[in-house]
Amino acid sequence: MKRIQEKAAQRAFGDNQIIRVSARMMVPFIQLFGLYVIVHGHYSPGGGFQGGVLLGASYILLALAFDLKTSLKTFSESMNSILGTTGALIFVGTAVLCALVGGLFLDYSALEPLLPLGPIEWRSFGIFIVEVGVGLAVMSIMLSLYWDLSSGGELDEGL
Amino acid sequence: MKAIALLCSLITGAVLLYGVQDFAPWSDPASPASTHVSSHYIRNSVPETHVPNIVTAVLGDYRGYDTMFETVVIFCAGMAVICVLRRSKS
Amino acid sequence: MTWQVDLLILALVLICAVAAINARDLLGASVIFGVYSFLMCLLWAEMGAVDVAFTEATVGAGISTVLFIAAVLRTSRRCKD
Repeated sequence: MKRIQEKAAQRAFGDNQIIRVSARMMVPFIQLFGLYVIVHGHYSPGGGFQGGVLLGASYILLALAFDLKTSLKTFSESMNSILGTTGALIFVGTAVLCALVGGLFLDYSALEPLLPLGPIEWRSFGIFIVEVGVGLAVMSIMLSLYWDLSSGGELDEGL
Repeated sequence: MKAIALLCSLITGAVLLYGVQDFAPWSDPASPASTHVSSHYIRNSVPETHVPNIVTAVLGDYRGYDTMFETVVIFCAGMAVICVLRRSKS
Repeated sequence: MTWQVDLLILALVLICAVAAINARDLLGASVIFGVYSFLMCLLWAEMGAVDVAFTEATVGAGISTVLFIAAVLRTSRRCKD
């Protein structure tokens, strides 16, 4: 009995086979649900923000169940910053592109000369582009918030 | 000190409950919030944007400027946290 | 929805709020705060604001609880007052 207790005390907090296996099985489904929430935001509740948070939460679950190194291996820090800035740039770039093509700022129907879909269909498609940008930005910001807060900024060991 | 804090929160709660009395009834179609632009969105958002979810249409198109700066604010907050906390080992 | 469910959720929200303030253990307080967020999510969904409920469930009960726990484990776990 005492040996088991000592063994449990030596083991890292939360280092458990059940937690690891279940987290590894859950992560792809959470990511799939996050993508579904982003893409299906036109027809059901959800959108870029919620889907981005779900995508970030899947990587946070990976970092909680294993350790920070594993989550950094699957999704590197430089990739994270590139995706975050790309997401913010997609939103602002779409808005500026509308103004450059000749319409008003953020009026997606002005983008019609690029691809002849019709102004109303372009407004629907513009909302989709913007949601993808929001999702990317929110995902990377949530992930880097967790990485920096849990490791004190050194990114060597997590919780 | 704790008694003063309790008194403050009780008084604030009482004032807030008093203010709730002037609210319109819940889901009242004649309340000022529902009569100004809501009817325009409900009537025109599907023909104008082809998005069945009115919330997404309002957030992404009609109030797109708001959502854009919301994203920029989140981005700036994340950048600030990275700038303050992140430090490399070497 | 019936007003009984409304009243039950509101009472639980109040209990969770008071418990999160009074808890000595900061880790427990952050977990109770997650419960509070989830009850608020139920309240939003019950009022028909499904988008807000979704945001509250993902951000309030999901991410912010994890961030609170990460911050608590970096400082002391006991409340000092």
